Amino acid sequence: MSSILEGFGRASSLILHLNAELFAIILLSVKVSGTALVISTLLGLPLGAFLGFKKFPLKGLMISMLNTFMGLPPVVVGLFVYLLLSRSGPFGFMALLYTPTAMIIAQSILAFPIVTSLSHSAILSVDPIIKQASLALGATPFQASLTIIREARYGIMSAIIAAFGRVMAEVGAILIVGGNIAGFTRVMTTTIALETDKGNFELALALGIILLSISLLINLTLHAVQKRGTVQARS
Amino acid sequence: MSLLLKVSDLWKAYHDSPVLQGASFSFDENCICALMGDNGSGKSTFLRICALLEQYDRGEINYISHGQLLAHDIELRRRITLVLPRIGVFNTTVFNNVAYGLKIRGLGRELIGDRVNRMLDFVGLGHKKKQAALTLSSGETQRLGIARALVINPQMLFLDEPAAFVDVRNREIIEEIILRLKKEGRTTVILTTHDRRQADRLADRLLILMKGRITAL
Repeated sequence: MSSILEGFGRASSLILHLNAELFAIILLSVKVSGTALVISTLLGLPLGAFLGFKKFPLKGLMISMLNTFMGLPPVVVGLFVYLLLSRSGPFGFMALLYTPTAMIIAQSILAFPIVTSLSHSAILSVDPIIKQASLALGATPFQASLTIIREARYGIMSAIIAAFGRVMAEVGAILIVGGNIAGFTRVMTTTIALETDKGNFELALALGIILLSISLLINLTLHAVQKRGTVQARS
Repeated sequence: MSLLLKVSDLWKAYHDSPVLQGASFSFDENCICALMGDNGSGKSTFLRICALLEQYDRGEINYISHGQLLAHDIELRRRITLVLPRIGVFNTTVFNNVAYGLKIRGLGRELIGDRVNRMLDFVGLGHKKKQAALTLSSGETQRLGIARALVINPQMLFLDEPAAFVDVRNREIIEEIILRLKKEGRTTVILTTHDRRQADRLADRLLILMKGRITAL
């Protein structure tokens, strides 16, 4: 128990004294997860909207697959990306393995189904009367679709925040494709795993506290967004 | 610009259940017509078809301007509008709801502000322009729907039971707005109602939709 308390004390000291190594790790984590989130949103939101607006064969199968991929085990994604990027793999010539880019690719794959599937659900939950109202007011079909996306904005924001939470806390995939190289691919979750193995609990705890704080912040934001959307929809 | 609507032999069925069975009528320019009929008689379907928001099985919907037959395109759709019984409130302010039709037409910010403010005053919602539209009462919501439609200066306005779910005070306000439109004589209004006395108060012509056909009273 005392070692845990001691660990907390040292962790607090690391955070309060703005430890350079600590902040480099945090910065890389946010950079990798943030970029992955931007990529998955740029791809997932249009696809979610397309699935919400259009009817086509095998649409149900596609939605079911996306819902299944929301629960993709990170290690499986890590293995898949590793095989693609390894020297003998189809993209081995790009020499991306053990780089932040490889980590971004893996996290984008993890975040993409979450953004797509939850955005699709958010768009479906918009009252169909909104489309009729916008068309009745002279909107083109494209303008009506944009209006529906705007009406679904709280649900879409929730989707993006949920995906960010998932990739920030993820360790399996980025450990496999990033390799946890100090000062290059070492992020918060992989550092926690490594430092715990080494018995260096201070840094692991400090990062744990920060990761938990970020997670709390994400969830508070998600709660606020959902509350705002619910209050407005109810009133 | 004049705009006439001529409906000829209109047929529409849902799942083999006929709703409109050869409905025909010519709507004069700038008149107020009240369409009456039992629940399920097809009044709302008729309005949605006339507003070019729903397909029909057979017949003709002809919009005529200065003797020219108009194509059913976005240009025509922007000269007509329909206010639904549930208006479909956008999750934003009262002001932005009314500004919607002007924004999608690409009007400038200043012009939009001016026209929206005047329209909100016209329907008595000027003091609520910054309020979240979803927090309005049902009567105010109905007035918002009318403001949203009128701000785009439609030449033909379809009102589907505009005062069906509102209190007496809001019904009076809505009727007053329709009577002002009648006085201005710039817009053709086709409204549906169950209330014969309301139809008498507002309309130039009374129509009955029965067994899928329109009869003038």
